Amino acid sequence: MVAGIEIDRVGKVYADGTRAVCDLTIDVMDGEFLVLVGPSGCGKTTALRMVAGLEEISEGEVRIGGEVVNRVPARDRDVAMVFQSYALYPHLTVFDNIAFGLSLRKVPKATIQRSVAEVAEVLELTEHLHRKPRNLSGGQRQRVAMGRAIVRQPRAFLMDEPLSNLDAKLRVQMRAQIARIQRDLGVTTVYVTHDQTEAMTLGDRVAVMRGGVLLQIASPQELYDRPRNMLVAGFIGSPAMNMVGAELALDGEDASVTFGGHRLAVPASVLHRRPALRGYDGRRLAVGIRPEDMEDAEVAGPVVPGGDTLSSVADLVEAMGADVMVHFPIDAEAVRTEDIESLERDAGGVGHPGRGTVLVGRFSPRTRIFEGQPTTVRVDVENLHFFDLETGTSIWH
Amino acid sequence: MTSVVGTPPAVAARPPAPTPPRRSVAARVVERLAGPAVRVLLVVIAVFWLMPVLGLLVASLRPESANAGSGWWTVFTEVFTRPAELTLANYGELLSDRAMLGSLWNTVLIAVPSTVLVVVIGSLAAYALAWISFPGRDWVMTGVVALLVVPVQVALIPVARLLGAVGLYGSIAGVVLFHVGFGLPFAVFLLRNFFVGIPRDLLEAARMDGGRELMIFWRLVLPIAVPALASLAIFQFLWVWNDLLVALVFADEGSAPITVALRGQLRQFGANVDVLATGAFVSMFVPLVVFFSFQRHFVQGVLAGSTK
Repeated sequence: MVAGIEIDRVGKVYADGTRAVCDLTIDVMDGEFLVLVGPSGCGKTTALRMVAGLEEISEGEVRIGGEVVNRVPARDRDVAMVFQSYALYPHLTVFDNIAFGLSLRKVPKATIQRSVAEVAEVLELTEHLHRKPRNLSGGQRQRVAMGRAIVRQPRAFLMDEPLSNLDAKLRVQMRAQIARIQRDLGVTTVYVTHDQTEAMTLGDRVAVMRGGVLLQIASPQELYDRPRNMLVAGFIGSPAMNMVGAELALDGEDASVTFGGHRLAVPASVLHRRPALRGYDGRRLAVGIRPEDMEDAEVAGPVVPGGDTLSSVADLVEAMGADVMVHFPIDAEAVRTEDIESLERDAGGVGHPGRGTVLVGRFSPRTRIFEGQPTTVRVDVENLHFFDLETGTSIWH
Repeated sequence: MTSVVGTPPAVAARPPAPTPPRRSVAARVVERLAGPAVRVLLVVIAVFWLMPVLGLLVASLRPESANAGSGWWTVFTEVFTRPAELTLANYGELLSDRAMLGSLWNTVLIAVPSTVLVVVIGSLAAYALAWISFPGRDWVMTGVVALLVVPVQVALIPVARLLGAVGLYGSIAGVVLFHVGFGLPFAVFLLRNFFVGIPRDLLEAARMDGGRELMIFWRLVLPIAVPALASLAIFQFLWVWNDLLVALVFADEGSAPITVALRGQLRQFGANVDVLATGAFVSMFVPLVVFFSFQRHFVQGVLAGSTK
C-alpha cells in the first residue's frame, strides 16, 4: 500500500505572520526516496511536518495516494515518522516501543509478536528487545526509531534528520542501512537533512530549499552538474564551488573570462551548451569552478596553450589522504552571495574588505605542493559554471 | 516539592565536575572537622523534630493515672526509682470505641476520594492545558494560578450555603467536594508544569503511531508522569487527612473525621491526654505508611534515554 505524496503549492504562515514555507510544489512518486535539503531554517522540517500532519497547512494541498489530507489528523494519514530526537517512549521496552503503533491499532498479539521479531531481526535488535531506551546506545536508539516506523508498514516514511545525533562513523553505517531498507521495502520516503552528503547519497531526487522556497529539485547528479542558480551551486558539493566575478569576452567562436589578471578560455563546446552566454559579451558575470575541476598543473601534464591555468601561491595545504585540498588566493573579486554574507554575519565579522578571494582546489595526492610555494593550477574549463550576477541564476539558454 | 518532579531530564544527567587534584591544608582541615560537625548537627535537628512525636508515643503508652500525675519525660528520669508503667491498654480502648473507629473510617472515606478525584481530574485538565490548543487556554491557566492564592477561609461560608442548598451539608460528599475544589488548582498547576516538560516529539510520535488523545494520555503521559502523580497524591492525601478546619465546618457528627473527633475530646486541663495521644498517634500512622509506600515512586530521570 505504498503511495505517492503530492505537495501542491503548499505554504505555511505562522500566527505571528512569519512565513516558513512558500508555494512549495513537489511530486513524490510511489516508492521514491526524496530528500529535502537546505540550511537550517529553510523550511524543510516545516514542510515535512505538514505532510506528517503535525503542522497545519496554511495554503495549498497535500495529497497522499491521491487523497487530500489537509484535514486528516496525523494518526489517520498512515505515514510513519522518524524523529531527529528518536522520541522513544521512555517507560516502554524496545519491544513495546516498536509494538506501540500496532497495539494502538488493536492488531492481534500473535501478529504483533511476529512483526516485531521480523523487524528486530532486520535491524539487529533482537537481543535488546527487553531493554529500556535509556540503556541503549545512540545507534541502537536510532534503530529502534526506525523499527517503530517500519513495523507499521505505512504508506510512506518521513524522516527528520534521523542521523544528526550520531557520530560520524555510525552515521555512514546507518546511512547505508537506511538506503538498503528503503530499497528493499520500496516505501515512498521523504527525508529531511541539512547534510548534503546524506542528500546526495540517499536521494533518488533531491529538493534544495532555502528561505522557505524550493530552489531546485533534481537527481543528485543533475544538481551537481546543472545547478539552477548560485545558491544550489554553492550548497551542493564539498568543498563548495569557488565563485569569482569575471568579465566575459567573445571573439567569434572563441571566448574567455578574465578576473584580476587571470584569463581562462571558454571552449566552443561550453558556448554551444550555454548559448545564452553570448548575450553576456563584455559584461560581468560570476564564474564557478568546482574544486574537483582544478588540478596541480605539474600533475595534470603539460600546459596546452589556450589559457586554462591560474597561477598563485599555495596558502594552505590540507592533505586528506585521497585528495589534497589546496587553498590559494587570487586577485579577483569574490562573489557576494547571500550564503557568504549570512555566514559572515553569523561569525560576527564583516568579511574580507576589498578585493581578493581564496580559491580551493581538490588536487590529486600525487601533488608535491607545499605551503608558500608558487603554483600553477590547471582548470578543467569544460566544466566552468556561469551565473548572472543580478539574478544569481545559472546561464544556460 | 517541585524539585522532585520538575527536574528537566537533560539537566539531571550532568557529568560531575572534576575534582581538583590537590587542595590546601586549610581546606582539608575544614573538611575533616565539618563532616562530623554537620552530621552531629543534623542528628540534633532530627531529634529535636522527633521530640513531640516521641512524647506523643510515650504518653499514649502510659495509663491515665500516670499521665495525670506527671509528664511523659518522667518515664526516662524515673526509670531507676520506679518501674515504668507502660501499657497498650489505651490502644485497646481506642480500637474498641465505636465512635473513634467510626471517625477514623470517616477520615479514610474523605481522604481517599479527595485524593483520587484530584489526581484524576487534575491530570486530565493539566494534559489539556499543556498539550491541546484551544482558544482561551492561557486565560484558563492564569485563572488556575490565580486560584492558588485564594485562602480556604474566604470560601467557607459561601460553600457552606451552597452545600446546604443542594442538601450536601454535613455529609462526607460535601467535605470531599470542598477538598477536591481546593486541591485542584495546585494539582493542575503542578501536573501541567510537569507535562509541559515532556518532550513534544514523544507526543507527536504517539500521534503518528495512531494514538488518539485519550490513548496518548493513558499510555504515554500518565506512565511518564508517575513521579509527579505520586507526589501530588501524597501531598493531597496528607493535607486532607490532617485537615481539621474544613471538616469542622462541613461535617456533622456522623461524618466527622478523626481530627474533629479528637478535638471533641479536648478538655480544659488536659485530663484525657491518654485518649488524645493514642488517637493522634493512630491518625499519624496512616500518613506515614502512605508516604513510605509511595516514596519509591519519586524516581528521577524517568525520561532518560527517550530522546537524543
